[in-house]
Amino acid sequence: MSEKVGVYICHCGSNIAGVVDVEDVAKFAGEQIENVAVSRDYKFMCSSLGQELIEEDIRKEGLTRVVVAACSPHLHEKTFRRACANAGLNPYLCHMTSIREQVSWVIEDKAVATEKAKAMVAAAVKRVELHEELEPSEVPVNPNTLVVGGGITGIQAAIELADAGYPVYLVEREPSIGGHMAQFDKTFPTLDCAACILTPKMSDVGSHPNIHLLSYSEVEDISGYVGNFHVRIRKKARYVDEEACTGCGICIEKCPKKVVDDVFEAGMGYRKSIYRPFPQAVPNWPVIDTESCTYFERGKCKACEIFCPTEAIDFEQQDSYIDIDVGNVILATGYDLFDARKVPQYGYGRLANVFTSLEFERMCNASGPTEGKIVLRDGITEPKSVAIIHCVGSRDENHNPYCSSICCMSALKFGHLVMEKTDAEVTSFYIDVRTSQKGYEEFYNRLLEEGMHFVRGKAAEITDAARQPGEEGKLIVQAEDTLLGKQRRVPVDMVILMSALEPKADAKDVGLQFGISCSMEGWFTERHPKLDPVATMTDGIFVAGVAQGPKDIPASVAQGAAAAARVQGMITAGTVEIEPIVATIHEEICSGCKICNNLCPFNAIEFLEDKEVSYVNAALCKGCGTCVAACPAQAISGAHFNNDQIFAEIGGILYDAIGGNGAKAPAKSKEPAPA
Amino acid sequence: MVDERFEPKIVAFLCNWCSYRAADLAGTARIKYEPNVRMIRVMCSGRVDPTFVLKAFALGADGVMIAGCHPGECHYLEQNYKAMRRFNMLKHTLKAMGVEEGRIRLQWASAAEGVQLASAINEMVDQVRELGPLNWAQNWHEDGEVEAAIQRIEEEHAEVMEVPA
Amino acid sequence: MRYGYYPGCSLSGLARPYDMSTKAIAEPLGIQLEEVEDWNCCGATEYFAVNKMAAYALVGRNLANAAQQKSFTDLVAPCSACYVNLRKTDHNMGKYPKLAQKVNKALEAGDLSYDPGTLQVRHLIDIIVNDIGYDAIREKVKEPLKGLRIAPYYGCLIVRPELGEPLDDPEYPMSLDLLMEALGAQVVDFPLKAHCCGGHMTQISSDTAYELIRRLLHNAAEYDADAIVTLCPICQLNLDAYQSNINRHFGTDFKIPILFFTQMIGLALGMPPKSLGIGKEFVSAAAMLRKIGTEPELEAAPTGKKQDDKSLPMPGKREG
Repeated sequence: MSEKVGVYICHCGSNIAGVVDVEDVAKFAGEQIENVAVSRDYKFMCSSLGQELIEEDIRKEGLTRVVVAACSPHLHEKTFRRACANAGLNPYLCHMTSIREQVSWVIEDKAVATEKAKAMVAAAVKRVELHEELEPSEVPVNPNTLVVGGGITGIQAAIELADAGYPVYLVEREPSIGGHMAQFDKTFPTLDCAACILTPKMSDVGSHPNIHLLSYSEVEDISGYVGNFHVRIRKKARYVDEEACTGCGICIEKCPKKVVDDVFEAGMGYRKSIYRPFPQAVPNWPVIDTESCTYFERGKCKACEIFCPTEAIDFEQQDSYIDIDVGNVILATGYDLFDARKVPQYGYGRLANVFTSLEFERMCNASGPTEGKIVLRDGITEPKSVAIIHCVGSRDENHNPYCSSICCMSALKFGHLVMEKTDAEVTSFYIDVRTSQKGYEEFYNRLLEEGMHFVRGKAAEITDAARQPGEEGKLIVQAEDTLLGKQRRVPVDMVILMSALEPKADAKDVGLQFGISCSMEGWFTERHPKLDPVATMTDGIFVAGVAQGPKDIPASVAQGAAAAARVQGMITAGTVEIEPIVATIHEEICSGCKICNNLCPFNAIEFLEDKEVSYVNAALCKGCGTCVAACPAQAISGAHFNNDQIFAEIGGILYDAIGGNGAKAPAKSKEPAPA
Repeated sequence: MVDERFEPKIVAFLCNWCSYRAADLAGTARIKYEPNVRMIRVMCSGRVDPTFVLKAFALGADGVMIAGCHPGECHYLEQNYKAMRRFNMLKHTLKAMGVEEGRIRLQWASAAEGVQLASAINEMVDQVRELGPLNWAQNWHEDGEVEAAIQRIEEEHAEVMEVPA
Repeated sequence: MRYGYYPGCSLSGLARPYDMSTKAIAEPLGIQLEEVEDWNCCGATEYFAVNKMAAYALVGRNLANAAQQKSFTDLVAPCSACYVNLRKTDHNMGKYPKLAQKVNKALEAGDLSYDPGTLQVRHLIDIIVNDIGYDAIREKVKEPLKGLRIAPYYGCLIVRPELGEPLDDPEYPMSLDLLMEALGAQVVDFPLKAHCCGGHMTQISSDTAYELIRRLLHNAAEYDADAIVTLCPICQLNLDAYQSNINRHFGTDFKIPILFFTQMIGLALGMPPKSLGIGKEFVSAAAMLRKIGTEPELEAAPTGKKQDDKSLPMPGKREG
């Protein structure tokens, strides 16, 4: 039985009708394409009247297929599918073709545009005839959530979910949660103390009955799909029995081995071999660093064990694995700081008094290595002049093209702190000062009032090679002052480099592990940059915080909360619909060659040993169709994009080239232009 | 007399996530480009079976473009790499069949690259216009066995691709 | 390994020690140098500013002559100006077909032509650190330059990146530093390592040139360098021949010998200084030579941190 196709050509006001002769296209469809039962043009198909037109035709004319030639399917496919469903037609029997974005908006010649529109309508009709009824499947959503990363973003997301009554697993790689924010002293623009606002949240996490905190742990493996992920977490050996340890800290006091702390103190201070990153750490059980511990190096010492009052030290401890089931995942894995050594002309690592922003944060922090005193690398001398260099590794085509977004405000904050704690003059070398959030511009004005100097120009070099009187023993910042149009040499005692924020070194691996994509730089890609900023293209995986792109604390917290809200929505709904655009393997045709098995990046294809055929797990399949194209036996069929449908579409779209649908006599050997 | 220059027909397979959105963007930005290209949406450039390309040529296309996300930005993680590999083999095969390399093009276009997609299309249309009509379809049509010939291609293709047990 | 060798005017004149030492170390390092036949001047730094086309043609002739020899694909120039000019001509002829056309038209007069890309133009330091390698050199060292404090000076020409892949970090190159370390010397931090020596400014505006030279000498002296080691004949000339002028002009008392890196390699390989052209320099290298002849002074072993030492740890240097 042949199908009854309804064709609807939208005018889109004058957007389409201004260029395409819509009546002619409708007439063409009705008269020259087989199986078209109804062909209409209408001012606005997406309006409720337009939709009703379709619904009525389905009911009255008994249409079995619908084609809407209008805007891009990315805009209104859902609208028209819903209209079909309202009238009792399976929504997947409707097809849209984009005669606005691909025709009327990009072609000026009316006749040519009309011809192209006809070809596209012909293709749509040919294709839709072969559409199959599809049903989205429904799966339940596990109410547990995995939050990866215990910085302020992850903390916020975990607390929001836990407070709403849902269980959360919070996984943190380091021994304590807190992230970068725990390293900071003050936060801009209000200058409230970072620890004062962060530590209450950290202890909330530590004591919340709904939060399972897994610190010093990493996600080893994740499988499953939205609503039903299985996650294996590796809990790294702490060599401290968490049950027995009271966190008294005697072991740390007695440990004889002191090493530079590259993580929490950013290389500015020391820690013991058994340590917790900072006194307010959550959880507060210490960790033994096996790389520096004397016992692990030489087989003796055990000072910590000897002094531990609760016998909590366990040198034999091994990594352990925990398997959990969760419904959704929030990735809040944060960032790394750009290695300023990659800009050798700034001398970091070579010139003692060149510091990175993170080092300076630690220096300002009252619990940091200098107890909050701003001093040179000798640990004693207070600087009399400080230069702050913006955009180190950002907005620089040699390194990262993007703006790191937070550095201008951090630089202003540093300027304020230097002037508050010392008598030093502060000069900032900037490209642009970007202060675009609430209260930020006011803070900039405040610093201008306070007397911070601003030189508009990217520093060319920082050198200790004195050239003029007054430069001896100083660091000289050479820069072109682009407002004066002059080269300037500014001798200072201390330089702070505002290093760029970079994606975590392993961000791309993490992306691959969780099945989400990264931008060229390595930031996680959100589903839509404006309208869906925390979801990803993989259902059930959400991103938040700097892992998605550079942003400050307020924005990170907002994203953490937003991701939590999205997850709550999923949990409350209870079930989730899975798009039926998936691949299926016909067992009787499959030869079991396994070519497809390794093609699938989502591990949706497994080999059934007993039947010796491959099998697609529909819940894991995302419908890309690569396996369909690769199967040598054509045993795999991709729903909604199967070979027959696409062949029909090719035939339709070339209807005027050769008798694709018999609508026109095949052309002679010299093919005339479509116009 | 009107200009009788040859207007090639080009079929483009666009991936749903980047390239089709680039085409949407070209439209929204009102970037005018050659009308000779006709687009077919697939979910991923990895879905483009070489048979699609052969079919398009057989049905009268003078050129075929495959467009996908940039390497490393595939919505399906890495399937565009598979498209790339397949494309290289296909180019080789087509060459053996006497189809000029310029008639087939693999184009990366991110959702933000409407301009780039449009200029790639223009470039390709110019190139194919230079090459002239392919006329595959006519060859078979004169035999009066279009469908049979096409069917043969598919069968031969399936045979060639079959992995011996 | 076989290379074409373009000595350039400097190496056959003022910088003869550079030529001598290059040839002296070639054999032990396994480098075969085949001189380009009938080469001419590269135009140095000035000619390109006077008449671009003629300058390209002038360099093109050298490339054409070298390419004709066919026994090598890599053309080595020890002089930085020659290196830049040869490389620039090859690169730009490839990039701008019109230029290649014009150059070849000019070369027709001498029955020559050059197809850009035929030769790979390389600086001597490039083949020594990349083809031979630090490790191979370290193994060949017989008399390590122990205790010598060396300021490595690259000059401004070879690190400029406009011609494809730069040879080294344009802002803070390290290859010469690492090479000197491989020879056993102690490399001092030399922040001005890629700054200009004034070039031919000495002839045009000596005040400008003197200030540039003074900065370099001053900086090296600040770090107690025993010698400045360079890889460019103009740099060597300016810093060496004008040192006494600088001292008169500024009332300073610099006595820093300026040597070529090839001479240092020769010394470390145990060759007699004379065979490397050492002794021809204006500022005597005798004191420096004595220093490697005698037992070098040992630096005081680092003592543990004192209890009241409040100094903060330094970040590690970038590797490689």
